[in-house]
Amino acid sequence: MFASAAETGQRLAGAGYLADSATATTVFLAASLERPLLVEGPAGVGKTELAKAVATCTGSELIRLQCYEGLDESRALYEWNYKKQLLRIQAAPSDQAWERTHDDIFTEEFLLTRPLLGAIRRTESTVLLIDEIDKTDVEVEALLLEVLSDFQVTIPEMGTVVATRRPFVLLTSNANRELSEALKRRCLYLYIDYPTQERERDILLERVPNIHRDLAEQVARAAALLRSLELKKAPSLAESIDWARTLLVLGVDHLDETALTATLGVVLKHASDHVRAIKELDLSALAD
Amino acid sequence: MDLFDRHLDFVAALRRAGIQVSVAEDIDAANALGAIDMTDRDQLRAAYAAAAVKRPAHRPAFDTVFDLYFPALLDDAGSAAEEAAERATPGRQIYPGDPTLVQFREQLAQQLLAGDADGLAQLARVGVGRFGAVTGGAPGVQSWSAYITMARTSPDTLLAALLEQALLPDERGTMAERLMRQTFAARIAAFRRLVDTEVQRRLAAESGPDRVARTAVRPSAERLDLLHATNADLSAIRREVQPLARRLAARLAYDHRHGRRGKLDFRRTIRASLSSGGVPMQTHMRPRHPRKTDLVILCDVSDSVTSFARFTLMLVFALREQFSRVRVFAFVDDLDEVTRFFRPGVDIVEAVTRLDAEAKVRGWYGRTDYGRAFRLFEEMHSDAIAARTSLLVLGDARSNYGDPNVPALQRLAGRARRAYWLNPERRGAWDTGDSCASQVGRVMPMVECRNLSQLADFVRDVV
Repeated sequence: MFASAAETGQRLAGAGYLADSATATTVFLAASLERPLLVEGPAGVGKTELAKAVATCTGSELIRLQCYEGLDESRALYEWNYKKQLLRIQAAPSDQAWERTHDDIFTEEFLLTRPLLGAIRRTESTVLLIDEIDKTDVEVEALLLEVLSDFQVTIPEMGTVVATRRPFVLLTSNANRELSEALKRRCLYLYIDYPTQERERDILLERVPNIHRDLAEQVARAAALLRSLELKKAPSLAESIDWARTLLVLGVDHLDETALTATLGVVLKHASDHVRAIKELDLSALAD
Repeated sequence: MDLFDRHLDFVAALRRAGIQVSVAEDIDAANALGAIDMTDRDQLRAAYAAAAVKRPAHRPAFDTVFDLYFPALLDDAGSAAEEAAERATPGRQIYPGDPTLVQFREQLAQQLLAGDADGLAQLARVGVGRFGAVTGGAPGVQSWSAYITMARTSPDTLLAALLEQALLPDERGTMAERLMRQTFAARIAAFRRLVDTEVQRRLAAESGPDRVARTAVRPSAERLDLLHATNADLSAIRREVQPLARRLAARLAYDHRHGRRGKLDFRRTIRASLSSGGVPMQTHMRPRHPRKTDLVILCDVSDSVTSFARFTLMLVFALREQFSRVRVFAFVDDLDEVTRFFRPGVDIVEAVTRLDAEAKVRGWYGRTDYGRAFRLFEEMHSDAIAARTSLLVLGDARSNYGDPNVPALQRLAGRARRAYWLNPERRGAWDTGDSCASQVGRVMPMVECRNLSQLADFVRDVV
């Protein structure tokens, strides 16, 4: 997929994702060793974006499995289309032997492919994104192990489907729950933290068209300051991008006390965080 | 020593530092080395981190060990000459007005202003060599100190001058100044880390990385001793506590949903069967009513357990957000209900400050008196404990030689469904001095809870 770590970084940048050296190297390793990549980090630092960028810059199709509580194998792997099977049984000529009907209804025709099986069976290049894996129950993790280590799915009635072309697998997690050691062992691991001020400025310049360098710098600095306060929910990168866009729409070209107080709601989403930020930054005179 | 040996030593050092690297991960790391550009140190670091470090809490320890085993090359001719010059003048006294020091501080100010990471790294190398040398433990052995380097070069005192240069006159005293101050403080902190790394690099070059690695690696947040945690440690711990409480709550909810299923939901089953031609292929069950878990926490907030108390308050705070029915009581030698400070959505720092100022937890004596606290609790709040309540007592069981009033505690524990005592002291210190651990331990099980991983174990095994 990629030739070297440096080239990976350049191509990701070409797809609009400014990766640091660690991210580029890890993505390159995951692609060249054909291992799944587990990405952890606070919400809104660009974990899902990374998968999209990899798909864009390699020209692959992105298959996404959004995880949630109660996700089971019939939603993740495959399901038998039992309504169609039922119809088939009812429509079978009465003289046909049961054995024959039985063999008929467990075939490709009656199989509903779900994201994991779909990604395995594709012959073109594919990026499989398993998003927010920490939201699922522990059983689903066990279900994933076969897919992640051998890139195959076993269907009891049909046999084993082995990937003809291994997809690039990216799992994301917000660490709501400690993932099992077995899953972690099979993956390469990348922790994406909030970016440094300089990187955040560059990302803002990249993602927010027409933003002035000074404003981007000020937003990055203010975001770093807000993150250093003990807040319930620190502003994420996605939120600081929103913030920069808001300021641009409002025609603000200099982030001062008034502008910050007026737009605090874009970055801080809890009432107690507002109170705290206003107190820490001495903005109480302007907030009323 | 070739690369393979270095790899083995490095992995062994990681394991000694408390990072569990499995054999499979070890092999992954070795494979990864073959794929990357080995001359790029950042890539090497990323490759090892991707294959071997799967928890963010382990990352600082990993970085320390990595810097020891794969130090940055001193490639330019300048640093070689610099090192030769250092060797020529060992043990020279440095005074505050020394011309080399003044010149160094000027360079440092420039780099801090520019925020140039490479420039700062270069200066950290020069600075440790020139100003951080101390006499080693044995004759002929050279040693370096990060503390002395930082004390002599004192970058903190440059802050005022930096702000002077970076700000326009009308920006003084505004938010812009705060933001710049924050930026420079972050750069100075980065310089401090670079100096630490440089000192360890030099020590490793002198006496081998194995020896330095044994002392240099700080325990990760989950293993930190809560009685001796610093403020910075506590904020790291706070970040870890939140997911722990969430996990605990999720676990309880999970058991409720999956433990026992309710009766058959006839109506929904029949409705669902319509889509399969009247054959009930899938049954639907009514959900069980989740059992409400009450939690009553009795928390010792005296000075001897200050940092533990702060930690437990964090935990209480996190639990309070997850459970609807938690009541919290704090005591020293007087007792007060402090649940009101922990309303969901309240800021934790503020809650702790208000608790210190407003809660009536200190009586005339001012030191822990378990006996009085339990008596007061029984008198005033015994209705808080019902048949379904779990009782959690947090404290070091040191009653300053007073009577711990075990019968009162026994009555409380008897009424609660479950009762546990979390003690932040190591088990070996129990029953020494004024500790009455085994006396109260007979009434309710006492669990050692010195760090986050022990707390996580408690959560897993007990709840």
